Amino acid sequence: MASHTLTARQYSILALVALCAPLGDTCLSRGMSALPPLSIAHPATLIAAVFTPWIAVGIALLIGFFASYLTALSWADLTFVLPATAFGNVIVALFARFWLHESISWQRWLGIALITIGVGFVANGPALTERPAADGSKPAPEEAA
Amino acid sequence: MSVDPLAVSNVGFWPATGMIAAIILASTAGEVLTAKAMKTVGDLDEIRAKSGLKGAIKAVVTRPMLFAGIGFLALAFFALLFALNHLDLSLVAPASASLTLITNSIAAKIFLHENVDRRRWTAAVFVCVGVYFLAH
Repeated sequence: MASHTLTARQYSILALVALCAPLGDTCLSRGMSALPPLSIAHPATLIAAVFTPWIAVGIALLIGFFASYLTALSWADLTFVLPATAFGNVIVALFARFWLHESISWQRWLGIALITIGVGFVANGPALTERPAADGSKPAPEEAA
Repeated sequence: MSVDPLAVSNVGFWPATGMIAAIILASTAGEVLTAKAMKTVGDLDEIRAKSGLKGAIKAVVTRPMLFAGIGFLALAFFALLFALNHLDLSLVAPASASLTLITNSIAAKIFLHENVDRRRWTAAVFVCVGVYFLAH
């Protein structure tokens, strides 16, 4: 069975998937923690929160994540893309360790090692399940209903 | 000394399990429906090269299955919020994030007919345990 290898552009899309989600969550967390406690009784404050810099950047990054994620799912299997998403947590943990000088417990180092090994397993295999095509030339995506 | 988070929460074992199961089920349904929708679209990079960004957006937003997937992902988000109201974040976040990887692998094999071979199962288990340790 021939392996379905990825182009440099497709790897960059996967890198965006991995980076945008955790960075977006981090921006949202930072933005929300800087705000005073919000109440459902005052929904206008929640709408105003969307326009604060950290939350706006967080939302933009999460939109970028979803666009990259949908693009990746159009040419790769779900079981190939999901570990790439999880690898973003490793990037953020290493970022926190070496840039923010936060301490990382041995459990987290173990988690980083396990995710890295797991992603390595998947990355060495085909990105897309081979399906029989009409002309037999290449895997065909399923036809639209 | 570690303490079982389920034992210290205000709810019992089965309600806590039910809340986490609801997150996992809704999330898995959302991921699988989204993936199925995108497979019917075809390679988005090729579509964008032929029809431009507008053509690519049109190809995506005309798939009802995608919106069903997004609906389930939204349901999973609200189930997560509900669970966080009753359970500790240190239990809900790692449990739901890691177990979803396993249920997605099973669902991808059954519903998307993906070739989840030994390599992908090993990866799913490694990443599942890794996410648990990283998020705990």
